[in-house]
Amino acid sequence: MNHMKSLIKISVIFVVLITMTSCRKDTAPNYQFMPNMYAPISYETYGESTAFANGVEAQLSAEGTISRGHSLFEYENSIEGYALAKENLKSSLDSTQVNLDNAKILYDIYCGICHGVKGDGQGNLVKREKILGIPRYDDPARAINEGSIYHTIYYGKNAMGSYANLLNEKERWEVVSYVLKLKADLEK
Amino acid sequence: MRQVIHCKLSTDLLCLGLIILLAFSTSLSAQEGDPATGKTLFNANCAACHQLDKKMTGPALRDVEARLANDQGLDKAWIYAWIRNSAGVIKSGDAYGNKIFNEYGGTAMTAFPQLSDQDINNILAYTAEVKAEPVAQAVESATNTAETSGISNELILGALAILFVLLAAGLYLVNKTLRRFAAAKDIDLPETKRISIWKAFVQNQFLVLVTAIFLLLASAYFVYGYLMQIGVDQGYQPIQPIHFSHKIHTGDNAIDCKYCHSSARVSKTSGIPSLNVCMNCHKSIYEYKGETSVEFTKEFYDGEIKKLYAAAGWDDTAQQYTGDSQPVKWVRIHNLPDFVYFNHSQHVSVAGVECQTCHGPVETMEVVSQFAPLTMGWCIDCHRTTNVKVEGNAYYTKIHEELSKKYGVDKLTAAQMGGLECGKCHY
Repeated sequence: MNHMKSLIKISVIFVVLITMTSCRKDTAPNYQFMPNMYAPISYETYGESTAFANGVEAQLSAEGTISRGHSLFEYENSIEGYALAKENLKSSLDSTQVNLDNAKILYDIYCGICHGVKGDGQGNLVKREKILGIPRYDDPARAINEGSIYHTIYYGKNAMGSYANLLNEKERWEVVSYVLKLKADLEK
Repeated sequence: MRQVIHCKLSTDLLCLGLIILLAFSTSLSAQEGDPATGKTLFNANCAACHQLDKKMTGPALRDVEARLANDQGLDKAWIYAWIRNSAGVIKSGDAYGNKIFNEYGGTAMTAFPQLSDQDINNILAYTAEVKAEPVAQAVESATNTAETSGISNELILGALAILFVLLAAGLYLVNKTLRRFAAAKDIDLPETKRISIWKAFVQNQFLVLVTAIFLLLASAYFVYGYLMQIGVDQGYQPIQPIHFSHKIHTGDNAIDCKYCHSSARVSKTSGIPSLNVCMNCHKSIYEYKGETSVEFTKEFYDGEIKKLYAAAGWDDTAQQYTGDSQPVKWVRIHNLPDFVYFNHSQHVSVAGVECQTCHGPVETMEVVSQFAPLTMGWCIDCHRTTNVKVEGNAYYTKIHEELSKKYGVDKLTAAQMGGLECGKCHY
């Protein structure tokens, strides 16, 4: 009986140890040694903040201002704006400023997933039937050109959203050049 | 000669028959259309703006032909004209055409002059198909597979438990029977005279000493281990306000990490995508159609998409933004202390390090957890072993060459470029 008791004691200790070690919750962060050196005093990019009315750090630029590195885009987000852009808008980059290798990388990340790496409207999401009806770039009814492509990247069109916040102005024009290249390849 | 005439006559007859047959067959298919071809055409041309049962950029198209005929009195000719050149129909002052044009915010439908009558008939045949009821079988099979996997696990565990119980019972019974035999045969079982194990232990001083040293070392080991893991969040797996499955998005659908985390290319922070990035796809994708499990059902995923719509202020039935949006309080997982500077663009764009090197196989994670310890030792190890990407960097070629000569190596590591200097990260 003596043995029995010590056995029970040992097993109780084991159970306690196991529960203690297995109790660390993965859904809560660990202890920190000196939290005051961990937490930032400055405003962090995606933090909450009482400095702004809606309580978040991420803000749109103030109305009537243009952020550094950005420029004014004068075409409206409308059918008329699209038509105007198609007619008048020309690339701000000349051919020496376009790095097509870089443009391909950007295109494959942001556009290729739907439009396909060849621009034939057969991206992975289309092949998996998640998003359908992506037109080919050489679609004669649409007859896209650099102005209309830029307008579409900037504002989106129909079910496509705007990519203005994912690509900066230079990158957008590079992608436009690459789309035109794909279009030319498709039309061959 | 007669025969020749006969021959001509018969060939004429044959030709006539062929023409009749062809005309008949085309008229047949013109009336009916092939739904399967129609589906392909629909998916390629129409599905960007139209769905069968749900309003998108354009109206829902289920049974459009019958609905137009019954409600508006518009025949197929109108549909042909509309599809080939809707702007022309609107301009001609067509009442219904103008009504639908204004109802959808003046968004002109792309003209499809390349679609033949036959193509349009095929598409109409596809839209006229009866809506398939949500397939109960699929759900059933899903739950079935889930159950079988659950059952198999439980079965194994149960079988093991029963096995152990049987073993214990068997041993006990054997012992009991042997004792009974001994009693029956009048054999005296030798009663061992035992000292308590504790007393024996205390009497043996060598054993006490060894145990004491062992215990001290062991506790030192555990205390050290505990102290060293303070502030390390490896495995941290918080619950996010909206369940976002990286497995589905980057694993199954192969969307590039940088599609959503776009600022990782160009800035210090990798960037939590603003909700408009989600809506780029989820305007069109309003339900989940992939694999499900017991924990993550279709209803669960659809509910999470609803949460996204609520946060982004998207009215899915009206297909427009309400303007009433809510910020989502995502929980940050990878968190460096404030006294360390880390820049994503330096690693992602300049060094060309794969996201997975530090973040682990995120594309397989249903719920993301912290993969790397993010300790300084971990950073330093990588800087010591990683070669600097010097290809295609003409500007620094000379410096790289001279540095390589100075260190007498072929390839420079990040550490040799100053990647171990304190001030690079702590300032």
